[in-house]
Amino acid sequence: MAARFFLGFLILLLHSIISCGVYEDQVGLADWHQRYIGKTKHAVFHSHKTGRKRVVVSTEENVIASLDLRTGDIFWRHVLGENDPVNQVDISLGKYVITLSSEGSVLRAWNLPDGQLIWESVLQFSAPSRSLLHVPTKFGLERESVVFVFGGGWLHAISSIDGEKIWKKELYTEGLDIQQVFQQDDSDSLYAVGFLDSLQFVAYHISVKNGEVLEESKKSFASGFYGSMLLVSRDILVALDASRSSIVSIKFSRGSVSFHQTYISDIVPEVAGIVEIVPSKLSGLFTLKTDASLVLFRFNSIGELVVENTFSHPTILSDSISITEGHQVFAVMQHAETKVHIAVRFVNDLTSEALKETIELHPQRGNVQKVFINNYVKTDRSYGFRALLVMEDHSLLLVQQGKIVWSREDGLASVVDSTTSELPVEKDGVSVAKVEHSLFEWLKGHLLKLKETLMLATPDDIAAIQEMRLKSSEKTKMTRDHNGFRKLIIVLTKAGKVFALHTGDGRVVWSLLLRSLRISEGCECPSVLKLSQWQVPHHRAMVESPSVLVLAKCGPDFLQSGVFSIIDSYTGKLRSSQKLPHSLLQVIPLPFTDSTEQRLHLVIDSNFEAHLYPRTPDSIDIFLREISNIYWYAVDYIEGIMKGYSFNGKCKADMEDQYCFNSKELWSIIFPAHSEKLAIIATRKMNEVVHTQAKVIADQDVMYKYISKSLIFVATISPKAAGEIGSVTPEEAWLIAYLIDAVTGRILHRVIHQGAQGPVNAVVSENWVVYHYFNLRAHRYEMSVIEIYDQSRADNKDVLKLVLGKHNLTSPISLYSRPEVVVKSQSYFFTHSVKVMTVTTTAKGITSKQLLIGTIADQVLALDKRYLDPRRTASPTQSEKEEGIIPLTDTLPIIPQSYVTHSLQVEGIRGIVTIPAKLESTTLVFAYGVDLFFTRIAPSRTYDSLTEDFNYALLLITIVALVAAILVTWVLSEKKELRDRWK
Amino acid sequence: MKHTKPVFYFLFVALIFSCSSLGFQSDELVIDDEEFGIEGGRATDPVHAIPTSTPASRRRVDLDSSSDSKSVQFTLEHAFGDSTYSPAGTFTARLKTWSHGGKTLTKLRFSRNGLTDAEKDAFKRLLEEDNFYTIRVPSNVLNPPGKGYILSSVPARCIPRESLDEHFVIHTDGVDILALNYGSAGSCQYPRPLKFPKKWSFNSYTVMKNSEQARRTPTFTEELLAAETGEEEALKAPERSFWSKYWMYLIPLGLIVMNAITQAMNLPEEQQPAGQSASQAPQPIAQRATNSAARRR
Repeated sequence: MAARFFLGFLILLLHSIISCGVYEDQVGLADWHQRYIGKTKHAVFHSHKTGRKRVVVSTEENVIASLDLRTGDIFWRHVLGENDPVNQVDISLGKYVITLSSEGSVLRAWNLPDGQLIWESVLQFSAPSRSLLHVPTKFGLERESVVFVFGGGWLHAISSIDGEKIWKKELYTEGLDIQQVFQQDDSDSLYAVGFLDSLQFVAYHISVKNGEVLEESKKSFASGFYGSMLLVSRDILVALDASRSSIVSIKFSRGSVSFHQTYISDIVPEVAGIVEIVPSKLSGLFTLKTDASLVLFRFNSIGELVVENTFSHPTILSDSISITEGHQVFAVMQHAETKVHIAVRFVNDLTSEALKETIELHPQRGNVQKVFINNYVKTDRSYGFRALLVMEDHSLLLVQQGKIVWSREDGLASVVDSTTSELPVEKDGVSVAKVEHSLFEWLKGHLLKLKETLMLATPDDIAAIQEMRLKSSEKTKMTRDHNGFRKLIIVLTKAGKVFALHTGDGRVVWSLLLRSLRISEGCECPSVLKLSQWQVPHHRAMVESPSVLVLAKCGPDFLQSGVFSIIDSYTGKLRSSQKLPHSLLQVIPLPFTDSTEQRLHLVIDSNFEAHLYPRTPDSIDIFLREISNIYWYAVDYIEGIMKGYSFNGKCKADMEDQYCFNSKELWSIIFPAHSEKLAIIATRKMNEVVHTQAKVIADQDVMYKYISKSLIFVATISPKAAGEIGSVTPEEAWLIAYLIDAVTGRILHRVIHQGAQGPVNAVVSENWVVYHYFNLRAHRYEMSVIEIYDQSRADNKDVLKLVLGKHNLTSPISLYSRPEVVVKSQSYFFTHSVKVMTVTTTAKGITSKQLLIGTIADQVLALDKRYLDPRRTASPTQSEKEEGIIPLTDTLPIIPQSYVTHSLQVEGIRGIVTIPAKLESTTLVFAYGVDLFFTRIAPSRTYDSLTEDFNYALLLITIVALVAAILVTWVLSEKKELRDRWK
Repeated sequence: MKHTKPVFYFLFVALIFSCSSLGFQSDELVIDDEEFGIEGGRATDPVHAIPTSTPASRRRVDLDSSSDSKSVQFTLEHAFGDSTYSPAGTFTARLKTWSHGGKTLTKLRFSRNGLTDAEKDAFKRLLEEDNFYTIRVPSNVLNPPGKGYILSSVPARCIPRESLDEHFVIHTDGVDILALNYGSAGSCQYPRPLKFPKKWSFNSYTVMKNSEQARRTPTFTEELLAAETGEEEALKAPERSFWSKYWMYLIPLGLIVMNAITQAMNLPEEQQPAGQSASQAPQPIAQRATNSAARRR
């Protein structure tokens, strides 16, 4: 009986361990997916009709989306892709969303309720120009079904019903910049106005029926125009003159154009500095942005310019909307500390306010950048207003009745860098009640699971089990776990905001908008954002919290000085922030930490001088001890030059600064400009762990992997083939792959792939590199693998020598020795095109590797590295089969179950990050793009732990049953023996 | 037109011949992809280094346009630590012009200038400081320095052995030099001990590396069907023996069988004693009977 039990248990155990892929009920257990849209550029409300109230937005991430006005949820969303930015968006016929994208060359109509594409029209394009969309708004007329599009130098009239082009007219001459397309009072004619060489005002009067130019009027303005013009009322446009000192009002009516110049200093004497016209639609009003304030102007009845109001910064105005016939309103947002005052005012009468509200904003959202307003009829028949606010951190808020109805953290759609941080160690002293409670819950859960295993569970029970799995409090705890699954993912967004996401459920634990990177603090466009671990305390983990370093600069210019901020990883508090006295070209985290476990960083400035951080005597001691072994390299992508450097004494510019070091050029590689263009450089991850250098191959032989942290992979392509796939013949296209040692500048391997074209993606790990490109000859994508082995250690095979210690395995290696390497490579066809590629990392590097491929469909595919083994042969021998070599095929298999993202899509995928868990078998995977996705995978299955689903209750019951059975049989046998004795 | 055809054929044949002769010519260069020129310390006359052999001239007679070769020279310059660059030697190579317009460098020869006393002292200082010895060549051979100089450095202590042994690998692409890998001829120890050479002359090994073509991706058109069906198998782990497949069942089975056997072995033994007891049974009963009888008594 016991044996049968044991056997049954054994079989059960085996079955519980073997599980491949993800089952339906496992979705959401370890993974989470968040959908975002990015920073809103345009918003169009659709709330007049009955039914679901919605707002259609287009964003800087090239997304168009329809959001629920009540909750902020996404009804539908389309990511148009990197090369198709949305220029304009509007609603036509009350049911179609019209979008103009790709610099005015693609016009699309989407069905408003469900986001289906109704039609798409590709427009003629002759030269880049502004892209303008004009949708006539008058209801009930026939012409309403026509939309007018200006883009690429052409004016098109397009039927909004089927996208058919009714007429087109080229309005392109050299230097002409058409800036406005509009209709006057819904007449049968259309105006297209612009500047010619910024000197001449040009107005085309065009028939709506056939696109015929009825009239063309031109007039020169001697001092020239600056920037763009703005339509103020039906026949008045305003612009700035070239010196930006006066406002030019352009009055035009059939055939006649007149200019009227007003000096700004005459009407607003206090204005000084640079002024700018704010591009807004305020029907009769316009605003001028000065250094100190926002000035609102109006043309009075006799056509003179008068100042209506002056707002101090930061103030944001919305476009005007009409609520009733002749009544137009607009919103004014004014900041006061953390509060925002919202006032809705009438255009005609600025003194009366239709609405006045004050809302409290989270300080980490920054200032309001854009506001869109919408009106609705309240229950008491008066007008109410709701405002959609786009904040400095790219988040989106809806404000109604003085409250924030919903908010969306859309800054997370533009993650630029990420790192991880461990959670705090669990403190002792958990209350008994809690333990009892959790014990009860635990038992209950396992009883339910037991029922499920024994197929006794009702559908309600199954639902309860699923809920229990998904809402396990275990995975969202704010403390470190034994397996290392719970961590904080710290991400940095384009807006300069740092978020900490919990790996359990993806919630935002804290967020911090860096003050020094805010636009309102004078940082126009933060760039070269880099996030790095600054301090990871191990010795004092209980009392100290880790911190991260954010390095950035304001503006793309090389000479801009950087900003250096340190943030506490647990609380999100800014520990310190300083403006660097030098520029910021490159940041190198060094593999050393000082006595307080702060990581040493080198910041290279534009003079190739290195600055050491943290600036402590301790760090300089450590650095000087290692200085002769520190090398770095720089790449000039444009010129195609790579240069290697070492350090050579103190800075020449500042001899006093002992944290500044001069660089000495050691090597250079110059790619000939006529035949090679740098495409990609890939390096190994600095924190990658390699378990063993030796690789035992089939015939009991040993190969030694060439493992060097300084190994870099460089791919160049022929300059002609830098364009789209298919733009060149195979003879003109090639790809050259290099393996270069970054310390000595040695080319370890160089190989040409004829007929290959980019885009190239590559990943380097251990001693191998895998790269992906397009093969023009085979008309297919291809993946190649190069493995590099060290021959200098190859003779260490004698066991006796190893035992006696007569080997060179422990002697230090110098990269300056002549390399003795052998290279094995192989190419395979791969069906998908690839957006990003990375490799799994585990804690000890024992687990076999998988490549994680971000496919064109925005999914993450896991591909076993075994398929990309250069030693695969068509018919492997028995010993090779035992080693695990798969027979050679020309194509890499795509197994549907190996999609890590299962049914989800990480729209616009830009990066995949792998983080080792403490459990050797498991890797955490974080993929980001417009969406965020997190999961954990086990490339060789979870061989080192029982699955979470493991039924402990069953095990317990089995043991109890066994013990009971033993007792019973013992008693029985005792009795039997007694009986026998009595016989 | 009719005349052109024989001419064309002739050219074609000549081309084939020339190609084969070229193939032969470049055998040592293209297939080996490298050439060693071991030069002594003294500068040799570069003219001697250029073999003006007859096959080359004959080839030129065979076809004028398809290939042409002339010799080019470019200088190697060196610097000691932070010093300025000074000429250190001359590379001489044959420039081959191909019929399709491409140019390649072949037959690389190198002649090192001898070290002057000042240079010797500078080198000694480098050795003592454990500093870098840097060399450079122009990135374009025909119009130096092209886009700039190609640099390469090595810690000076890596070079001295018996004499100063150096090893050049020059990566070229046509007439452009991509990279120069420079270092000791053998291994370089770490930490680097201070060691002076016995002979203050350079012993140079030069290798020129051209492009290496990647293998074509294997395509199995006829095996495609087989591969498709075989893919399933390929996905599975390699075939295992009966034992390795079913050991987990076999061991418990073996245990059970063994258990059963031992039981079966025990059973007769037990039965025997049981039989004995059966045969002996009357005795105790008898004894008991006697006892009881005795008790009764």
